[in-house]
Amino acid sequence: MKPTLTIFKRELRSYFATPVAYVFIVIFLLLAGAFSFYLGGFYERGQADLQPFFTFHPWLYLFLVPAVSMRLWAEERKSGTIELLLTLPVTLWQAVLGKFFAAWAFIAIALVLTFPIWLTVNYLGSPDNGVIFASYVGSLLMAGAFLAVGSCLSAATRNQVIAFILTVAICFVLLLAGYPLVLGAIGAIAPQGVVDAVAGLSFLTHFEAIGKGVIDLRDLVYFVLTIVVWLYASTVVIDMKKAA
Amino acid sequence: MIETRELSKRYGNLTAVDAISFKVEPGQVLGFLGPNGAGKSTTMKMIAGFLAPTSGSASVAGFDVETRPLEARRALGYLPEGAPSYGEMAVREFLDFIASMRGLDGDAGERRIDDAVGRLQLEAVLEQPIDTLSKGFKRRVGLAGAILHDPKVLILDEPTDGLDPNQKQEVRSLINSMARDKTIVISTHLLEEVHAVCTRAIIIAGGRMLADATPSELEARSRYFQAVSLSTANVEQAKAALSRVADVAAIEIDPQDQRITAFPKPGRQIFVAVSDALKAQNVTVRELALEPGRLDEVFRSITQGAGGKGART
Ligand SMILES: Nc1ncnc2c1ncn2[C@@H]1O[C@H](COP(=O)(O)OP(=O)(O)O)[C@@H](O)[C@H]1O
Ligand SMILES: [Mg+2]
Repeated sequence: MKPTLTIFKRELRSYFATPVAYVFIVIFLLLAGAFSFYLGGFYERGQADLQPFFTFHPWLYLFLVPAVSMRLWAEERKSGTIELLLTLPVTLWQAVLGKFFAAWAFIAIALVLTFPIWLTVNYLGSPDNGVIFASYVGSLLMAGAFLAVGSCLSAATRNQVIAFILTVAICFVLLLAGYPLVLGAIGAIAPQGVVDAVAGLSFLTHFEAIGKGVIDLRDLVYFVLTIVVWLYASTVVIDMKKAA
Repeated sequence: MIETRELSKRYGNLTAVDAISFKVEPGQVLGFLGPNGAGKSTTMKMIAGFLAPTSGSASVAGFDVETRPLEARRALGYLPEGAPSYGEMAVREFLDFIASMRGLDGDAGERRIDDAVGRLQLEAVLEQPIDTLSKGFKRRVGLAGAILHDPKVLILDEPTDGLDPNQKQEVRSLINSMARDKTIVISTHLLEEVHAVCTRAIIIAGGRMLADATPSELEARSRYFQAVSLSTANVEQAKAALSRVADVAAIEIDPQDQRITAFPKPGRQIFVAVSDALKAQNVTVRELALEPGRLDEVFRSITQGAGGKGART
């Protein structure tokens, strides 16, 4: 556990050692605000809730999270520090977890910094803060799932651009897995059972379920499992590269 | 202690390391010598546990690097080729990170960091981001990280690459000062380094181990070993005198400075006979010297002789 924590701290600090982190946070906040106010009709709806705000999170994450995750392993491989890191007394799981949690914490910080919008709705009306809290939890879990996918693809290549593009592509499919666009395509070639299984994998379905205000154990388990599976895949990919 | 058994690595159909077996004991400093692309780094990466061997095995301090990786890594200090480190970190932060990863916290960690910083003279740059350091300092930061936990076994991939002559000298004396109770392997393509620090040298080329000997044993393989060279105003007469010495196998005259070198027949010593012969013929010499072996010549003949161009299968 100790090495995980040490890596976590080093990584999180390194995010803030360059302006990139601040740029990312500013972009995240600007886009989150712009989406909810202009596209989501935050005021026009005349309702005191944050639904317009959360609705756009999946789409924000689709591009911003891969921008964070693409560095995770590709950067280490490119600069050669991966050789330093993985010859220290640390297991692959500890290294993968330390890096993942640091990236997740970074996204969490960006998410927490959206609190003015929460203050605003509470000032304008009396929203259901339980629903808002659940939505924040759902949003963070979804960001974690995106990150875990990104971790695996970043481990697969030393090219950050490739890692970014692949992560966006896979996350896009996972987002829309519950929607006709993807289900129709799968239904054309696979039986209904597969279609249902794929539908159950959709990020959006589970995110929206949590966003209704009830944190169902199944949705929670879904996101945690997704994260664990992709992080496990990250360790497998890194291990395979050792033998390459 | 380091031991490898038939250690091999193949990339596609390129055999980068071909069945290398050796054993290094505490107190030894093994020099890994070979031209670029010989397979030195690949071998070291496998011993350090960063690359999995295609076949064969390696152990560090008695722990197999594949089945007991954590124990092996705890006993090992490793400087990867190019001394990679996290550029955005300050030197002190970086060393704190390594110490913490090695479970050295609090006072024990501080003491170890102070010791490494002192040995590598990093005091002046402790608060500086590593990215802003010169190549020589970067390498010393990497070295400080590798020796931080006072490991029993050290593997240093080209530890003096990119250093200026003074810094090279300092790193070599650092290695010498640690040599007594540690097992050390360094790779280099600098032959003078072998003399300066190594008690033993392994020459590899094309992934194959071509020689395993002490530096002086290697020198003894040189054509120049036990040869006698001299300079004189009277080249023709000297040459005639030398050709009459029974154990002289060949005589060469340097076309540039007219220096004469007499090579002995295998296993013979000719110094006394040569100087007697010159005296007997009244040849006056400006200078007469017994040649040491030439490591560069041995290195060249060994690595060029046996498929030094990479072994494709
Ligand atoms: N990842 C890799 N993929 C393919 N070939 C490699 C890889 N790494 C090294 N090689 C090849 O293996 C051989 C040995 O390389 P290396 O161990 O770095 O040599 P040295 O350190 O002695 O200069 C070289 O021919 C090199 O091109
Ligand atoms: Mg090398």
